[in-house]
Amino acid sequence: MDVRRRNNVVVTGRADGPVLLLAHGFGCDQSMWRLLVPALADEFRLVLFDYTGCGASERGAWNAERYGSLQGYAADVTEICEELGLEDVTFVGHSVSAMVGVLASRSERNRIGSLVLLVPNPRYLDAPEEGYRGGFSATDVEELLTSLEANPGWPQWLAPVVIGDPDRPELSSELEEVFCAADPEVVRVFARATFLTDSRADLPGVSVPTLVLRTAQDAIAPLAVSDLVHREIPGSRLVTLEATGHCPQLSAPEATARAVREFAGAVKRR
Amino acid sequence: MREAGPTPLPPNGASHPSACENGSRRGPGAESADRRRAARGGDTATDVAFTALLEDSAEELYEKAPCGYLSTLMDGTVARINGTLLEWLGLSRQEVVSRLTFPDLLTGAGKLFFETRFFPLLRLKGEVNGLAMDLALRDGRLPVMASATLKTSADGQPLLMRITLFDARDRRAYEAELLRGKTAADEARARAEADRERLQSALAVLQRSLLPDDLPRVPGMEVASYYHTASRDQLGGDFYDLFQVDGARWAFFLGDVCGKGPEAAAVTSLVRYTLRAAALHDSEPEAALATLNTVLYERYTGSDPRYCTAVFGVLRPRAETGEVEVSLASGGHPPAMVVRSDGEVEQLRTPGGLLIGILPTANFTTAGTVLRAGDTLLLHTDGLTEARTGADHGLYGDAALAAFARERAPVSAPALVESLTELLHGFGAGLDDDTALLALGVPTAGAGTAAGTAQHFTADTDSRSSSHETPA
Repeated sequence: MDVRRRNNVVVTGRADGPVLLLAHGFGCDQSMWRLLVPALADEFRLVLFDYTGCGASERGAWNAERYGSLQGYAADVTEICEELGLEDVTFVGHSVSAMVGVLASRSERNRIGSLVLLVPNPRYLDAPEEGYRGGFSATDVEELLTSLEANPGWPQWLAPVVIGDPDRPELSSELEEVFCAADPEVVRVFARATFLTDSRADLPGVSVPTLVLRTAQDAIAPLAVSDLVHREIPGSRLVTLEATGHCPQLSAPEATARAVREFAGAVKRR
Repeated sequence: MREAGPTPLPPNGASHPSACENGSRRGPGAESADRRRAARGGDTATDVAFTALLEDSAEELYEKAPCGYLSTLMDGTVARINGTLLEWLGLSRQEVVSRLTFPDLLTGAGKLFFETRFFPLLRLKGEVNGLAMDLALRDGRLPVMASATLKTSADGQPLLMRITLFDARDRRAYEAELLRGKTAADEARARAEADRERLQSALAVLQRSLLPDDLPRVPGMEVASYYHTASRDQLGGDFYDLFQVDGARWAFFLGDVCGKGPEAAAVTSLVRYTLRAAALHDSEPEAALATLNTVLYERYTGSDPRYCTAVFGVLRPRAETGEVEVSLASGGHPPAMVVRSDGEVEQLRTPGGLLIGILPTANFTTAGTVLRAGDTLLLHTDGLTEARTGADHGLYGDAALAAFARERAPVSAPALVESLTELLHGFGAGLDDDTALLALGVPTAGAGTAAGTAQHFTADTDSRSSSHETPA
């Protein structure tokens, strides 16, 4: 198995810099880091990838069983680290990938030295009986899953993937840059793993230095949730960016880069 | 491009009246409008004035457009919203502008979709088109199709999200209908496949019931058989059997009922039990086939004549010599073949034997031979010799079969059936008929046992079940 090809691994930035492994969340692919990469490239060696099934990864290597749980995504992360011989990696995980990083850092084959959890949410579903508000009711999540499972949702995900066709060169000239192309089946399985998993119990077991990075207002990762993540992970730091929304690497790339840089520097000095 | 005078623009640069037309591209009607104007002598000033009279202002067009307009800051905060959208939402401008974000206007699922898909794509591509989401209303929801573009500053920094929303209730209902139809079709297909699966397994059971479960052991002989099923959806009409008649004699038969399917299977069943009963009554080959002829002719007279071809024979093993005397008769069936130990291949011809069941009385002739050590008698149905082979799809034929057997002589019954089975598999799509093989042989000196062995192969269209050997 060629992991680099399977996960469309892209290595960029400063060749001898400390390693940042940038892991995209549900709904997109490594393009999510496009605005952040220029802000970090002169200091870090940046490793980008698409989870199997997403973006330009090898769709044929995907199967519903492995990627039906977050452990499957964590295995992708571990295998990429092993394939590239990475050690003491700073893993930056966006959204659901924050929890993937938590799982990978707890695996026996862990290569992760520190974690940046970007707008993490270990459980999107409310748990009223525990007084937990993850941000979404079971109905909300069910509605999203239904809209993904019902075919009318397909245009949302099937970005026009135009592959260079040697017989039809005119297509290449019209080739639009494709972001976040996704196979509906992959999206459905990833959505279930993302929105129906409760990873709260994994938080106290994190033993690497961790930064919880959030925005001032985030519809799908409420402040109380990132407070809980910070509280549950021993010795973690919590930084609130001067930004709003769930994608600070897109809406506030400079501020996000600054926070990552400061944390990585602090970890190095320890 | 648009030479027909200045386009009315809204006073506020933040709004964007042409967003309904998907950016600033001209609508499909623009060309013909130009032509119409030209035809009327290019009286553009009048046109503009006339239009302006109907459309009081660009501002009014924005406010009352048949779609929702919304401009937000990059953090989603609503900066401007049109009257149509406010009306849909049942909110006042004061309640929304600067107070709410676009995701605030969406259902929970819509928020998830906006944050994980809509916003990233818009930020990365600069536009998104036709994304389905639902507005959360006080009393329910409104399905909309959303398109959006980014307004950027001179240096490319994004300033605003410009979002257009179309009422998608009808479209969503139509899609739901399509989905229901697709689900129903999927279920029907799944049921049909399950039914076919059940039918195939029932047919397989029925087909097996028309063939012997195991071949009996014949003293001093090795016997083997094989049945190739051409289609799992169709019962074949080939049959064979081997059974003991009395202390000294065994009877065998092999044949082919015309046609396929349940009717052919019914005839096969009748043929098989008639021949078994006839053999016990009078095991002379001619007599057995004559009885079968009478039964078939009388049972299937009139509009539904049924007939078959068959070879029927009797074996008399001679313990003292190790030889086996064979006498057999045939009705319209390809001749049985004897593969001698020295490589000679003989056909046991039975001149005059007619199709069985066609005429009220039929005459059959008997042929006889003696099988000695290393000799094997082969019976087959015409699926084998009428298989299409080679580039020209010609018939495999009797001569090729004889040559095939000759090359393998001396060959035991199991070995001959096994190599013919491989041959049949090699025909692939060229073999489109059921095929039965029955081989009866005398082992070469030192091989086999006095008790005899039997091998029995059955196979589906494309797989071969394991053979089993009766313990000696």
